[in-house]
Amino acid sequence: MKRFARLYEALDATTSTNAKLAALREYFASAPDADAAWAVYFLSGEKPKRVVPTRTLRDLARRLADVPDWLFEESYQAVGDLAETIAHLLPEPVRDSDESLAAWIEGRLLALRDLRDDALETALVAAWDDLDRPSRFLWNKLITGGFRVGVSKQLVTRAVAEVAGLDPNLVAERLMGAWTPTAASYRALRADEHAQERERSGRPYPFFLAHALDRTVEELGPIEDWHAEWKWDGIRVQLVVRGGGVHLWSRGDELITDRFPELADLGTRLPDGTVVDGELLAWRDDRPLPFAALQQRIGRRQLTARVLDAAPAALVGYDLLELAGEDIRARPFEDRRAALAGLVEQVADSRFVLSSAVRAADWAGLAALRGEARARGVEGLMLKRRGSPYGAGRVKLGPGGEWWKWKVDLLSVDAVLVYAQRGHGRRASLYTDYTFAVWRGDELVPFAKAYSGLTDAEIREVDAFIRRNTREKFGPVRSVTPELVMEIGFEGIQRSPRHKSGIAVRFPRILRLRGDKKAADADTLDTLRRLLEAVPA
Amino acid sequence: MSLPSTDLIRLTPNGLYCEAGDFYVDPWRPVDRAVITHAHSDHARRGHTRYLAHRDAEGVLRNRLGDISLDCVEYGDPVDLNGVRVSLHPAGHVLGSAQVRIESRGEVWVLSGDYKLARDPTCRAFEPVRAHTFVTESTFGLPVYRWRPEHELLASVNDWWRANADAGRASVLFAYAFGKAQRLIAGLDPSIGPIVCHGAVETLNEAYRAAGVPLPPTLRVTDVADRSAFRHAIALAPPSAQGTTWLRRFGAYSDAFASGWMQLRGARRRNGVDRGFVVSDHADWPGLQTAIRESGAHRVFVTHGYVPVMVRWLTEQGLDARAFETQFGTTDDEADTAAAEGGDAA
Repeated sequence: MKRFARLYEALDATTSTNAKLAALREYFASAPDADAAWAVYFLSGEKPKRVVPTRTLRDLARRLADVPDWLFEESYQAVGDLAETIAHLLPEPVRDSDESLAAWIEGRLLALRDLRDDALETALVAAWDDLDRPSRFLWNKLITGGFRVGVSKQLVTRAVAEVAGLDPNLVAERLMGAWTPTAASYRALRADEHAQERERSGRPYPFFLAHALDRTVEELGPIEDWHAEWKWDGIRVQLVVRGGGVHLWSRGDELITDRFPELADLGTRLPDGTVVDGELLAWRDDRPLPFAALQQRIGRRQLTARVLDAAPAALVGYDLLELAGEDIRARPFEDRRAALAGLVEQVADSRFVLSSAVRAADWAGLAALRGEARARGVEGLMLKRRGSPYGAGRVKLGPGGEWWKWKVDLLSVDAVLVYAQRGHGRRASLYTDYTFAVWRGDELVPFAKAYSGLTDAEIREVDAFIRRNTREKFGPVRSVTPELVMEIGFEGIQRSPRHKSGIAVRFPRILRLRGDKKAADADTLDTLRRLLEAVPA
Repeated sequence: MSLPSTDLIRLTPNGLYCEAGDFYVDPWRPVDRAVITHAHSDHARRGHTRYLAHRDAEGVLRNRLGDISLDCVEYGDPVDLNGVRVSLHPAGHVLGSAQVRIESRGEVWVLSGDYKLARDPTCRAFEPVRAHTFVTESTFGLPVYRWRPEHELLASVNDWWRANADAGRASVLFAYAFGKAQRLIAGLDPSIGPIVCHGAVETLNEAYRAAGVPLPPTLRVTDVADRSAFRHAIALAPPSAQGTTWLRRFGAYSDAFASGWMQLRGARRRNGVDRGFVVSDHADWPGLQTAIRESGAHRVFVTHGYVPVMVRWLTEQGLDARAFETQFGTTDDEADTAAAEGGDAA
């Protein structure tokens, strides 16, 4: 546990990818297999569900620390993180345990699930008594289901691959799907490649991800070298039909076959040994429904006929990764796409659509088409270099990159900061989470929350403003004198009866501080309504 | 808050004033007679007619304030100021730092200035002084602030330095130039490599050595001719050097920040350095409680830091606790951060 806590501290302390990779390599080179398995599991973003109710943990910690409730709350407000607050407040440990990570997880953490009341408290106290402060923090994070660390699954994959002397893609494939953290799985992860590996069950390939376009399109070279298609706003998926089974995977490596029975049914109509990469959309009459329709469906546990009818799902195919049991990712893009087109035609099912090519004679013509994106209900364009293979992860293959997303410009309004809340993690104890409002007559109506977009220096400036201009405190939230104007960008806008403003915006973020504007100069709800009318749902 | 004028010390626009003795303690506006707890710039300001401070503070005070009229005393030696008995007692904060004990007609007040209870070989350790009324700081007045033992902190600094030296890269340690830098230097292991200092730190090192505080040998950065020597060196620099071209000379380096605020993960991460060492000139929460308890005072005034928290806590402990709204903690690095982080509570 201590070793993992040290790894966590090292990863947490740096923003350098090389330093993180070095720390990961050092850990995987020396950790026992059973520990390394759990480390891979946690560091790739998996976490145990909360095994102890926050309230129980908090009350127990408060009693052990022997502080009144208000002082615990003051401490929590200053620290900004419950697990850390508790780690600091508890009395010093009485023992020095060097039990392994696996022993802690399998022997102690999972056991907490079945404990109640006194037995639970006894186990928690015993655990805290065994752990030093950094390990306690980690333990608290793990038992509250709040473990997070700033490494990508890709980096963990790379570290394991480097230590084992394997191709990172092979490790990524082995890690796909429902990987179980056992010593045997970890040994299998590090094992030499074996022949049957390609006939694996229903695992998807690592998704190839595009970069946001960071240059002008002209710099990409002649338009003839590029294939353009719409960037659909749904759920990126792989439909894997292999070994007689159908598996639908989301980009987060989540198996979602059961949630979309119509696509499971579609899968049974595809030949065995087929893997399609595409976008899952709510789809009707040859066009996508707004993302909100899909969102409502994602949230439903019961798929009633009414839900299925309100948002029928379809697969818009981007790419074909496996054909007749053969991995064709290395073939040129046009070949894969031609094979996909053939498949779509052959299956002839309204739930399976080929993502249509967007053609223009030159970049200016394509830019004009991109201007229609919002009206078509898409996020922009995807640009894929002809001849390019299907890569893994978010890598820039050539010097020019191979896949780009060329999103439509954001919609934006000038809005007034009205509420603020402290952030978490790196931003704990700074006010970084803001609510913005626009004018309706002489009233400010909140319409969006935004967290990102400011530099650290700007965050400190806004934080100081908030502290000087607090009007009221509601728990962790402060209302602020409405003076600060910021430009808020968002990718979409919809009617929403659930919001006071009657409007919901999608992916709001702060574009810039508008120090040149006074609150009275901010936009009105009418501005938002006009955007709503200009943008078809 | 208005106080009965019978109090020995009261808050005025100039600062904390003792009317009976006609003097101020650490005043923020120019006055005739100023008793100074220590030489940090939020406590020792320019423009007073006469200063009174501990002998060990003299070098730094003169260095910072120039040609002032300064009376120096030893710890525990009483001075009579208009019939009020005034004496200075070790506060353990920095070289020459003092608590001010004020006695008049049987009533005793102790103004502690800034203080810490942790071990520090570069200044006299804090000594509890009995008082009816105790005036305390509360820079780290939250129970999440509990310092690790001194030897553990220093071991972690030396371990970090050694690992960097083994990897052939310099170690740059940012620490407040007066007090904290010398405390760290005194705990460094010179067998690892050379200790080099920013000019601002080296000037203070000289003042410490002049006052008889032994420090391991240090080099002024500009006196190092061969830059390859930096690869095994640790460099002490004030926080203001962070992000400046002064750092270019070190080539590849690892950096760290030494401050009590490094206790919290959020502050550590925001700081943008490789490591944060939790080293403070101020008392932690248990230290504050111990100092207040050992003063035996029934009445406590809280000056800067987490003032409302400390006042409420002490009240719940059965003391008569109140706040003094001072202008301390506005320039000292740690207390300054307090203004940004917790100052909203004030």
